[in-house]
Formats: sequence, structure tokens, C-alpha cells
Amino acid sequence: MLVAVLLPFILALFIPLLSKWKNKLHTGYFVTIVPVIIFIYFIRFIGAGFEPVTREYSWIPSLDMNIVFYLDGLSLLFVLLISGIGALVAFYSIFYLHKSEQLGNFYVYFLLFMGSMLGVVLSDNVFVLYSFWEFTSLSSFLLIGFWNHKKASRYGALKSMLITVFGGLSLLGALVFMSNLTNTASIQGMIDQQQLILNHEYFPLILCLLLLGAFTKSAQFPFHIWLPDAMEAPTPVSAYLHSATMVKAGIYLVARYSPMLSSNDWFFIIVSTFGIITLCWGSYMAVRQTDLKGILAFSTISQLGMIMSMLGFGTKMAVFAAVFHILNHATFKGSLFMVAGIVDHETGSRDIRKLGGLMTYLPITATLAVLASFSMAGVPLPFLNGFYSKELFFDASLHLKVTPEGFKELLQMAMPYLAVFGSIFTFVYSMYFFFGTFRGKANIEELPKKPHEAPFGMLVSPIILVLGVIVIGLFPHLINEPFIAHAAHAVKGVEFEKHIKFWHGITPPLIMSLTVVVFGTILVLTRKIWQPVYRFIPGVLSMNKFYDGTVDRVERYSGKITNGYMNGSLGRYVRLILAAILVTTFAFMAVTGGFTIDTSNLADLSLPGISVAVMMVIAAVGTIITNNRITAILILGVVGYGLSMLFVLFRAPDLALTQLIIETVTVALFLLVFYHLPKLRKKEESASTRVLNIVISVGFGAMMTMIAISAHSSKWFDSIAGYFIEKSHSLGGGDNVVNVILVDFRGLDTLFEIVVLGIAAMAIFGMIRLRGNKEED
Amino acid sequence: MEQMLNFTQSLIEWTTLISILGISISIIILLYRAIKGPSNPDRAVSLDIIGINVMALAGLIAIMLVTTKFNDVILLIGILLFIGTVALAKFLEKGVIIDRDMD
Repeated sequence: MLVAVLLPFILALFIPLLSKWKNKLHTGYFVTIVPVIIFIYFIRFIGAGFEPVTREYSWIPSLDMNIVFYLDGLSLLFVLLISGIGALVAFYSIFYLHKSEQLGNFYVYFLLFMGSMLGVVLSDNVFVLYSFWEFTSLSSFLLIGFWNHKKASRYGALKSMLITVFGGLSLLGALVFMSNLTNTASIQGMIDQQQLILNHEYFPLILCLLLLGAFTKSAQFPFHIWLPDAMEAPTPVSAYLHSATMVKAGIYLVARYSPMLSSNDWFFIIVSTFGIITLCWGSYMAVRQTDLKGILAFSTISQLGMIMSMLGFGTKMAVFAAVFHILNHATFKGSLFMVAGIVDHETGSRDIRKLGGLMTYLPITATLAVLASFSMAGVPLPFLNGFYSKELFFDASLHLKVTPEGFKELLQMAMPYLAVFGSIFTFVYSMYFFFGTFRGKANIEELPKKPHEAPFGMLVSPIILVLGVIVIGLFPHLINEPFIAHAAHAVKGVEFEKHIKFWHGITPPLIMSLTVVVFGTILVLTRKIWQPVYRFIPGVLSMNKFYDGTVDRVERYSGKITNGYMNGSLGRYVRLILAAILVTTFAFMAVTGGFTIDTSNLADLSLPGISVAVMMVIAAVGTIITNNRITAILILGVVGYGLSMLFVLFRAPDLALTQLIIETVTVALFLLVFYHLPKLRKKEESASTRVLNIVISVGFGAMMTMIAISAHSSKWFDSIAGYFIEKSHSLGGGDNVVNVILVDFRGLDTLFEIVVLGIAAMAIFGMIRLRGNKEED
Repeated sequence: MEQMLNFTQSLIEWTTLISILGISISIIILLYRAIKGPSNPDRAVSLDIIGINVMALAGLIAIMLVTTKFNDVILLIGILLFIGTVALAKFLEKGVIIDRDMD
């Protein structure tokens, strides 16, 4: 199983090599083989007696991160979708993408995506799941931006990246939470300990984070906005990622965790509410689109909302219908995208206002389109699978099993109406898609290309998918017991198999379906009359405006904030640094009671000490108030000399010697560079800045004084000086204790101080000697 | 004899203290000149004299602390003062301390 998941990654390594021969043989042929192999490998598992399979491979055992693959009915459904549709899309792309495109890049991204998607649906370890999850976001980003010379592609790629990675990170939060609580990284292990999570006080947070991850990935309202913009990707990508696989990753996640979560009321409320809103909004907005892929994008959003709401219902029938519709949606939506691609490819336009009457030019494509779009609409015809899942959806919405109280009761009552409302618009856009493109008046002259039927190779994949639509439609039981029932079992934990048949008699779901058809037909025919509604409804509510505004504002305000303090003035930075030190230190001292005064251990004052101190204070104040640079330097020298006198007074002759020399050299150096310095002037600063400067400098001085006093007042250990004095002669062979410490006891410090001086000398030499070319010229 | 010793000792202590006080006052007055001093040569001269006073101060402190370890310091201040004053004088005269080679 590991090999099956890694196969796409391995082939992706060799794609650049293979794409060298793309002029002889299209790289897509190599790529098609991989999903076919995977499909064949996994299809063996289908059967009535299927039992979940677990495979474990070590990765980082010490952190409980192991590659654990768990294949149950749900994973199997997704794996077969990914590999099956992957194979069809890869084959389709051979004819769709011309050899002049960067095929190497395309197929590397494509295979990366396929492998990571397989990883997502098979992983049982949450960390591995998350890794693959982000891989899908990344490869989707790369695929959407495949034609990176187009601005819209880059915009769409960035948008999808931002939204899905935002969701991915919150998903990571939920996963870490849950794995910490249950002390296991295995999803099945978490589900076994579900009470621990459900009863935890942070459960609402976990639920929100998890659903945020799922909703962003599966384009649920209000995070659906990235999906229509992702239509800038090549059509095979749209067909594969943005209808059949990636956008179902969130659905998968919700389904995977629903054995654990579905007993919670909030799960029902949130998931089914957002699902049904997404259904209605997506189908409503789809009618407005003029681009074929735009219609399909919003249609995907609305169908995902339908699946999500059914998962939210959580009844046996709803879950069964959900997994059934996952399969159905993948078949008809994949084929519709391919049809849109064919139309685009053969006429040069995807704009439905320019298209029309293509039925006679593209008869096979039109047949495929009519079957797929009628299936999408849920038209009651006995050979279309969309009808069955739509009817099951209506049935499920009528049989919600919730304790009727408060909001939930309202939800329960509203659900069937909302379902019908959303489905009416689904019907409208499906009809619009088909009739707008293939029927009506043909204006061939306006199209960029003269339309003719697509090459056969391009038609193979949609034909297979439409065959799937019909086969499932005619013989729903074929896949029912060996396949869908296992998936429903994995989600719900109960073996359930709805007896699907076309004619149940006059039941409420059928009446609802007929209502949809009747109202839908009326709306399609009167479309011109109510079209102006669109000018008002999505205008303010458009999430795109919110997204654009947010991105724009974040950039603008963060720019403003950064420019607010990064104004290039060193004075301001120093002020900020000192103020930060001041605040933290004072706060710390105040909180911990760090300031102590202990007067028991003070030395007596002496006349020389006082006089030197007075001298230094006068000199220091003189340095501040003078506005002549040479005065400042000279008086600074006085401070240095005063310091050396203090060293003398405190019996440190070596320090005094060094201090004197250093002070003299410093003064001399100041004089050396004096000529090059600008005139010292009183800076013209505002009064507030000056006050701030005074406050900060006085505060800093006070702070250091307090620290010094506290440090002196809290001596916790005896000094080790006694040891040095005692052992200086016997161990170090010298009587000058300071020097013995410097070169003997603590010689290493001296070594590196010598190094510092050496580096400084070399740096000065370098700065003076090595000038940039500009100055030499 | 004992009395004599005690007397000289206290005499030394007192003279040292009085001298330190005098030197301190003179340094402070010199500092006034250094800060106020209308021209830079004034400041240079006052700094030079401050240095000499500091030398004396170091010597007096050495007497007070009864040690010979600070004699180096006194000599060093002497040398440094000379160098420093020459450097300053040269700077005030020519604007630079170290001339470039003139060839």
C-alpha cells in the first residue's frame, strides 16, 4: 500500500527526464499508467466481504508519527475516485495540453497532487494526514498558477493558497488538540476515546478548528470564494482537483470524524446549516455566471454544500446518500468539466453568451453534456444517478432525527424547503449550461475558431464518466452492497443499504423532485424577467469584496504600522529599545518585589571619594550641556580621569593604569576623526520628544541605580575572591592577583579579548583601506 | 618618642586631607574653566592642569592608603598628559594630529 501511495511521487521524480522526449511521445502517456496501476491495485478490495485493512510503516516512532494507512470503505471510495478519475483526467490532458506547454511542470504538480491526495484519504496518523493535506494545498496552488504569465492565474492561486492554508493551520490546531487529549495520533484511536474529547471543556474550540479546516478546503460558505477563481487552472486540473478530489478532502475529513462528532448537537447545527447555505448560495450564484467553468465552479460549491449538509444530518439514510452522492458528483461533474474543456478547445471561447447551437457541430459532446447536466439537475429519469442521490437527499431532509427544541426544531422544519429551493436553482443552471451552449441560435462567425467535433482521445474520458453515470443510474445495486454500503458503514458505524429504485410510488421526495422540475422549468423560461435580481442580491453580500478588502487592508495597515516605527531614525530605535528595557525591568521588579535595600554592609565615605565624585558629576553634566564638540570630548576625558582616580581610591592600580591609557587614546581618536564629523548643533526637537528623551534617560539611570543597589543588597553567596588571593602565589606563581587571574586562572577570557582587539584593528584597517569602487572613481 | 610618632602620623593625615580638599577645589574651579572657557586653548590648558592635579591627587591617595603601588600611575599620568597636550596643541594648530607623508 505504501508503494501505491508513493508511486506518483516516485514517478514525479522522473517526469523531468521523461518530458525531454515530449515531442516524440506526450508525457501524459507515462502519467496515465500510474493511476491505472493504483486503481487496479485498489479495486481488488471491493466486495461484499470487505474488511478494513491497516498497514503501518515507521517514520518517527519516538514522536508517535508513523505512516499508518487505514483502508476502510470510505477511504476505498475516495482512493478509487482519485485514481480512477486521475487516470481519466491524465488521459484527457494528453489531448488537451499541447506539446508546446511546459508538460514537465504540469505532470510533476499533477502527480504530487495525486500522491498527496491518496495520502490524505489513507492516513490514519493525524500528523501524516496533515502533511499530505498541506501537500494538496501546495500542489493545487502550483496547478492553478500553471499559466503563471496570466495575472488572473496568479491571483486565483494566491487566493486559494491563503484560504486553504488558513484552514489547514486551524485543522492542525484541532488535530494537535485531539492527539494531546487522547494521547494517540491515530484517528481510529481518537474515535475509540471519543468521550474524552466530547466532554472536554475545549471541545467547542476543537470542533470549530476542525470544521474550519474542512470548510475552507471544501469551499463551504463563506470560504467558497477561492473555487471560482481557481478556474484559471487548465481544465483537466479543474476537472480533477476542483470537482472530484481536492474539494472533497474537507468532506472526507468531516465524514472521517463524524463517528466521533455526530453525536454532538453542535455538529449537526453547524455542518448542516453551513452545508445548506452553501447549497442555496452556490446554486443561486451559478445561474449568474457567464463562463462555463464559472457555472461549474459554483455548481461544485453547491453540490459540496449538499453533501456536507447530508453529513450534518447524520441519519443513516443521509450518510448513505452523502457517500453515494460523492461518487455521483465525481462522475457527472468530472465529465461536465471535460465537456467545458472540449467546448473551449474546439470553439476558442468559454463565454456562454457567445456560444449556442453547438449541438450539430459537436454531437457527441452534446450528448455527454445532456446526460451529465440532467444528472446534475436531478431530473427524474431512470438512467441518471443524480436523480437517486437527489431523491435520497430530499428523503433525508424530511427524516431528520433530532430532539426538536429551539433552533434545531426550526432547522428541522426549514431544511426540506431550503433543499428544494437550492435544487430549483440547480435545475436552472444545469439547463442553462446545456441549452445555452448547445441549443439556440448558432453564431459561428463570432467564435474564434470554427467548431468541429473533438478528437476521439479527448472524448474517451468523458464518455467513460458518462457511462458511469448511466451504469450507476441503471443498476444502482451493482455498486451498492459491495462498495457504497461499506463507505456508509465507515461513516456511520451501521451497516445500511438503502434499496434504491426509480419508482417508489407517489412519495414526498418524488413530489419534491417534481416541484423542482416544474418550478425550475418556469424559472428557466422566464429567466430574462427575473435576471435583474442578481444586480442587487450578491452585490453587498459578495465575499470576494470582503476578501479583497481584507487582503488589501492587511497589506496597507501592516505597511502603515511598520512605517510607523521603522522611520529610519536611529534616535527613535534607541528610544524604543531603552523604553522596552525600562518597562520590562520595572514591571519585573515590581511584580517580583526585586528592589531591596540593605544598608548593613556599607563602607564609610572618604573625603577623596567625595571630591572625585563631585568632580565627575560636574564634568558629566558639563558634557551634556555643552554645544561645542571639542569641549564635550575634553570634559569626557575628565570623567575618564576621574574614573581612574576612583580605581586608585579603591586600590586597583592595574585598572587605573589601563583606564588612563585607554582614556587618552580615546580622546586622541576623537580628535582624529573630529575633522570629519559634522558640527555639533543643538538638535531642533519638539518639546514632547525632548521630554520623552529626558524621561527615558532619567528612568534608565534610575533603573540601573536600583539594579545596582538591589544587587549589592542581596548577596546570596560568599565571594570566591578569597581563593584567588590565597592561591595566587602557590598555584599561579605571581603576587599580582589581577594579572594572575587574567593570564592564569581565567586565561581564556583574555585570549578572546585579544581576539576582539585584533578583529577591531583589522576591521578599522579594512574600513579605511577597502573603499567601494564609487569612491575611487 | 611614642608621642612624637603619633603626632607626625596625625600631622600627615591632616595635611593629606587638607591637600586633597585643596586640590579638589582647584579641580572644580579648573572644570569651570574647561566647560566655560571661551576658547579651545583655554580648555586644553585647563585639562592639562587638571591632569597635574589628578597626579597630585593620586600621590596623596597613595600616602593616605600607605602604599607604593600607585607610583606607576603617577608617572603614567605624567607621560599621558604630555602626549595628550601635545596632540591637542597640534590639533588646535593644524587641525590634524598625524600628518600625511608629503612625498
